[in-house]
Amino acid sequence: MPQQKAPVLQAAVAFGRLLRRAGIAAGPDRVVEFTRALEELDVTRREDVYWAGRLTLCSRREDLDLYDKLFRVFWEGAGLTQARKPKMRVSISLSEDSVQPPKKTAEKNDQGEEMVRLRYSPVDVLRKKDFALYTPEEFAELHKLMANLDLSGTPRRSRRLDPAPRGRHDPRMTLRGALRTGGEPLRHRFRKPRSRPRRLVLLCDISGSMAPYSRTLIRFMHAGVVSGVQLEAFVLGTRLTRITRELTSRDPDRAMKEASEAIRDWSGGTRLGDTVKEFVDRWGQRGMARGSVVVILSDGWDRGDVEVLAEQMMRLHRLAYKVIWVNPLKAAPGYQPLARGMAAALPHVDVFLSGHNFESLEKLARTITGAASEKQRGGGPG
Amino acid sequence: MSEAVDGRRGALPPGVSHSPQLRERLREDSYLADEGLSTAIFLALKLGRPLFLEGEAGVGKTEVAKVLSRLLDTPLIRLQCYEGIDVHQAVYEWDYARQLLHIRTAEAFGEKEDRQRFEDELYTRQFLVSRPLLQALEHQGPSPPVLLIDEVDRADDEFEAFLLEILSDFAITIPELGTVAAERPPVAVLTSNRTREVHDALKRRCLYFYIDHPDVKREIEIVRLRVPGAEEHLARQVAKAVQNLRSMNLYKPPGVAETLDWTEALVALGAKELDEGLIEATLGSVVKYREDQQRVLGESLRLLVASGGI
Repeated sequence: MPQQKAPVLQAAVAFGRLLRRAGIAAGPDRVVEFTRALEELDVTRREDVYWAGRLTLCSRREDLDLYDKLFRVFWEGAGLTQARKPKMRVSISLSEDSVQPPKKTAEKNDQGEEMVRLRYSPVDVLRKKDFALYTPEEFAELHKLMANLDLSGTPRRSRRLDPAPRGRHDPRMTLRGALRTGGEPLRHRFRKPRSRPRRLVLLCDISGSMAPYSRTLIRFMHAGVVSGVQLEAFVLGTRLTRITRELTSRDPDRAMKEASEAIRDWSGGTRLGDTVKEFVDRWGQRGMARGSVVVILSDGWDRGDVEVLAEQMMRLHRLAYKVIWVNPLKAAPGYQPLARGMAAALPHVDVFLSGHNFESLEKLARTITGAASEKQRGGGPG
Repeated sequence: MSEAVDGRRGALPPGVSHSPQLRERLREDSYLADEGLSTAIFLALKLGRPLFLEGEAGVGKTEVAKVLSRLLDTPLIRLQCYEGIDVHQAVYEWDYARQLLHIRTAEAFGEKEDRQRFEDELYTRQFLVSRPLLQALEHQGPSPPVLLIDEVDRADDEFEAFLLEILSDFAITIPELGTVAAERPPVAVLTSNRTREVHDALKRRCLYFYIDHPDVKREIEIVRLRVPGAEEHLARQVAKAVQNLRSMNLYKPPGVAETLDWTEALVALGAKELDEGLIEATLGSVVKYREDQQRVLGESLRLLVASGGI
């Protein structure tokens, strides 16, 4: 038995390392748990090893597919003792998966990193300038401005209670006070519901037609995520990608890099209706969109069926507290919502804003924070 | 750590020593688990780890805790999470009314001893109301209880941090009383519908299992097992129809719970065979959005019946 144990442990550690490299959060504590689970099961059975690993090393549904793939490579491609070889193979299968963003955007990122601090552009001019016309230096300035935006959502009543001069009776504190006055509750205490900011959900279109704006808008989402408000970030391309986790790094360049790696469909076509549907199906209806402020950043070009978009926007509108649509093209003189997707979505949008320059993003932030005052809506979704 | 873990081991149902046996026992108790789930439950019991179950509504997450409590012959203590849940609803609360009464009684009898002692007396066990988490830790009995923490994702993150503490130490400190530690840690089952991502730190303490919708074959078995009144032919038709519904792109695809409700409704109507009329009459028990119902009744009704094998 003991001579069998060592290779199992080695293999488990190597497997854990492999998973970590692939992005599954299988820390050493989990690996220990994995070996413990193996002790209870039959190491020689494929199924037992598979489940022991899957139960202990994975913690998200997104991990599962990747786990299956890596499991096959690791345990079925090689014996227990030679854990080194398969690692190489895996790195290949991974790079296949994560398509790098197109060269153009990557270069832009490089330039951003080497940014020179030139402040020739007065902030006021910058605020009104269209993002599409920005120089790299101006972007650097812009990112600094973004850090100051306040994106905390409109307050809503929470179920938590706070002490208040009037409201519901608070027997606990009343009694505490009564002890001091010989058991006589001279002063009654009260509590009332605390207010909490609503969750904010940002959906950014990254299709080809949005290319001049999408990076800046993702940067905007990053500013929101790191400011600590309750925020979820998604990008809409040919498919839906959740990038909240990728954007949590405080270093903007690193966050952008991680987000870029997660996004596999930069500047492709959009099937706006389908991706919005995917969002509502997988996240929105379950609770993420309920009572939240949902912001869609898109020009409304949809290559799919606009009927789908209209229907999904209606669903989203019913779930969300408020739906805000930000369209960078709106600012163009004589703009009319002619893009078919835009026209289909508009009836289900509460606020329609432009998003082509910093001033408009400031306006967006104000709308998010004070959404209640602009449009009063009773209760929740009907 | 390892000592604590050893203490937790061995909470398996009598006569079960490996995973396939457990699966068989679950089946005898009308719960059909696939290999993954039965291994998950087996390991949770054996390693004394909380089990974290995620999946669509109605795939049988809560049921796992219920069947476990039957198998282990131990009470099920359930904590339903909701937004704003706090210590007073989850762990303990002082019984203020009784405390006040106590003060009044003391006054009436003229007991005016020293204040400190009197105050101490007010904060003793008899004035404490225990809520589910404390109940689970204080439980006395031959085997530890099953603690179901249902829909963790509905509670807010402050509460999650608090759960983390309890699930790692299985102890709670009440400032006025001291620490209450579980003699034998409860068998903990956490469920989540994934309305938001539960924090990694909490998941890391647990074994993670994602429950999917079952395939047709297993769903037929489940229906047969849970609704004994349904004849095999009907069970087969219902299961296939539900599989079809799931592929129909509905807002809320039916879960196993809906399949069972539907079958029960059909059996109550004395159905032996699915037909359009019956589907129309009972659709509300399986499809619960108006748009979904329209879609099913409109374009796909025929398809549905055809798939049922009439």
